Amino acid sequence: MTRVEHATKSSRIGVMLVAAALVVFVLAPYWGDRQTLRLLAEIFTFVALASLWNLLAGYAGLVSVGQQAFVGLGGYLLFALAMLLDVHPIAAIFIAGPIGALVAIPVAALIFRLRGAYFAIGTWVVAEVFRLLASQVSVLGGGSGISLPAAVVIAMAPSRQLREFETYWLALGLTVLVLAAIVILLRSRHGLALTALRDNEAAAQSCGIDVARIKFLVYVLTAFGTAMIGALIFLQKLRISPDTAFSVNDWTAFVIFITVIGGIGRIEGPIIGTIIFFIMRQALADLGSLYLLMMGAVAIVVMLWAPKGLWGLIAERFGWQALPLQRRLVPTPNISKKERKP
Amino acid sequence: MPEPLLDVRAIDVYYGDFQALFGVSLCVDAGEVVAVIGANGAGKSTLLKSIAGLMAPRHGNILFDGAPIGAAPAFEVVARGVALVPEGRRLFPSLTVEENLKIGGQSRRPGPWTLERVYELFPVLAERRHLPSTSLSGGQQQMAAIGRALMSNPQLLLCDEISLGLAPIIVRDIYARLPAIVAEGLSLIIVEQDIAQALKASSQVYCLQEGRIALHGSARELTRERISAAYFGV
Amino acid sequence: MTEWLNVILQGVLIGGLYAMFAAGLSLIFGVMRLVNIAHGDLIVLAAYVALMVTTTLGIDPLTSLLLVTPTMAIVGYALQRGLLNRTLGDDLLPPLLVTFGLSIIIQNGLLELFTADSRKLQAGAIEIQTFQALEGVWVGLLPLIQFLVAVAVIAALQVLFYRTALGRAFRATSDDQPVAQLMGLNTRHVFAMAMALSLAIVAIAAVFLAVRANFDPAIGPARLIFGFEAVIIGGLGSMWGTLAGGVILGVSQAVGAQIDPGWQLLAGHIAFLVILAVRPQGLFPKVSG
Repeated sequence: MTRVEHATKSSRIGVMLVAAALVVFVLAPYWGDRQTLRLLAEIFTFVALASLWNLLAGYAGLVSVGQQAFVGLGGYLLFALAMLLDVHPIAAIFIAGPIGALVAIPVAALIFRLRGAYFAIGTWVVAEVFRLLASQVSVLGGGSGISLPAAVVIAMAPSRQLREFETYWLALGLTVLVLAAIVILLRSRHGLALTALRDNEAAAQSCGIDVARIKFLVYVLTAFGTAMIGALIFLQKLRISPDTAFSVNDWTAFVIFITVIGGIGRIEGPIIGTIIFFIMRQALADLGSLYLLMMGAVAIVVMLWAPKGLWGLIAERFGWQALPLQRRLVPTPNISKKERKP
Repeated sequence: MPEPLLDVRAIDVYYGDFQALFGVSLCVDAGEVVAVIGANGAGKSTLLKSIAGLMAPRHGNILFDGAPIGAAPAFEVVARGVALVPEGRRLFPSLTVEENLKIGGQSRRPGPWTLERVYELFPVLAERRHLPSTSLSGGQQQMAAIGRALMSNPQLLLCDEISLGLAPIIVRDIYARLPAIVAEGLSLIIVEQDIAQALKASSQVYCLQEGRIALHGSARELTRERISAAYFGV
Repeated sequence: MTEWLNVILQGVLIGGLYAMFAAGLSLIFGVMRLVNIAHGDLIVLAAYVALMVTTTLGIDPLTSLLLVTPTMAIVGYALQRGLLNRTLGDDLLPPLLVTFGLSIIIQNGLLELFTADSRKLQAGAIEIQTFQALEGVWVGLLPLIQFLVAVAVIAALQVLFYRTALGRAFRATSDDQPVAQLMGLNTRHVFAMAMALSLAIVAIAAVFLAVRANFDPAIGPARLIFGFEAVIIGGLGSMWGTLAGGVILGVSQAVGAQIDPGWQLLAGHIAFLVILAVRPQGLFPKVSG
């Protein structure tokens, strides 16, 4: 007799480390200054965006270069809901998610007609259409963009400091939510199908997995999360314009590089990748456009010579997993007891 | 003793972690026809692919005309004079019959085989030269595949299951033309499931079983019993 | 009425340029199933090469093609042999991500070298020459030359694909790589030749683009998208379909711009999305799969 177990020794240590980090992060407003909080909040949003892209591309094989469509959509939904319908900004973030998912349904129906690499460019066209449409909406600033009115900002919290704490915790909370949702999804029945899909699409199909349905599901769920994070990002920025909201560099190029460098198709990859990305950014910020050039080069080198990314290298070398996701067969205790009898 | 044209020396060939051939050795003299027989999955196609350069042996050597070719890519092996008629014919569907033949002559080795000679050997191809290769019947496709390989003027022709999926009468028809091909002075390795056909056409027989040579001898000396023992491993 | 005729004619002529963007993209997809996300940025790179050639040698843009085209072909050959061949295989991800990384590298490299300032190639008097085709319908000489060059490029590609040994090698390699090798074709070389040809077309398109309008390091992705839309509208694998796709895209944009300047790009994207919705295989499909 055997049973399925997810946890390994390394993943138990990993879970404890994650829990400890969570406590430290929750308490950050009490130990960190404004700069630290801002940086951490930015890191969290990138972890969330990269994890979502990883789910989409790394597991479901849907390589999108147009996720900025949903980041921007979420941002604009926040502004529209708060400014035009007087919705509380925090409530607007949570409304942006389902609307993003709703919008993703017809989009998916259309671009799923494109195969493989052409799908990627199709997602980009969709993002361009969203950008051009946004610049036509004059109540939201048209092409030049708009700031969140002071009244809306003040309504969030009485003091600036409290508001910053609020957005920080929101960023932390949403990122934890996104990561938890992904972990739960991957540990579910669908997760097994997704992992099969990642490893071999044709084989997964022949095992009776409804590949088209699961891809559709992942696309819509990813849009849900991405739109929420998009709304959060522009609540931090307090200003939106079509070019910043639908920026392919900020919301897709960086996110792809993070995931590839960290390790695509692994839940730990985007987290490691984000840490490396921010270390490189702090160290190389003075280089301007050369910095982006180097990111591109590093991503190419990793893709060609270490396609599983840094976490892939570590996991292969030491057999680690930071989060209990893999399924292993272990002997059930009563059997091992029997075996121990002389 | 003259050197053999092809000398395969104890090759091990792998698909990733899976070993398909274990220390396989085989010799072909100039002008000789050698048959390789064996059950499905015995490693016959793998052996031909290794000789043709589509797969590289992990251990062992392949010498052709005295020079090592084991590590050479397929396009260089062709240029040295080894041509493979792949299993399932695999004509290029976007090319016409004549274009398929012409692309066989891409390596521009000098020799007796030209478009005209191939059309002489298989007149039916001449009639259909400008049609898409997909419009040919199975037997005609096999003729085109053989013609395409001949166009490179090989010294050694490797034929992988040329009878597969064809009616017996067509198989007989194709085998009837092999002597005309050998008469041009080239050597042949034929891989076959049809043992009777293989024995009739060849002088030497190798029997592969689970990636190893289970039996080797001259076609005339081998008895049916010994072959079926080697074939089925009983 | 003549106003609309003028608009549509402008659209048709610019469509030739889009068809050239598309032809290079379609060619390498056809031969090696590679979608080059850096295609648009390579067009911009070629425009800067042309800028350097014209300013340092003092020759006019059309003459500079004699240098820019072979230069880009060599760049394409080297890029394929040195980098892109390594990405080809069953997995979709490596070619996509490597060409995406390449796109970012080219954009930021150009930004570093040439700043974000807009540039333009000066072709002199030819730029403003027009003639009256019909009563009230005017045609620019340069747009007309550009369209005719596009038609010639597509026709030449068609001949090359179906009448030459190289074209035969392209088709055979596209059909069945291992068997193509058995025929003595070095598929890595064949792929590199395809990329060289693709970038030679890119060079021609780039010079016309750079004479027609301002360019800067950031405009590449939009050119990629135009080319891609023309490919899909026309139908995968069909060269003449690609020209039709380019023309449809150009006309949609011109008509959109005539209605409202803000609708120029949007109208093109919408035409693409409508075709994708009602006829996903494109108007003139050739290959399946």
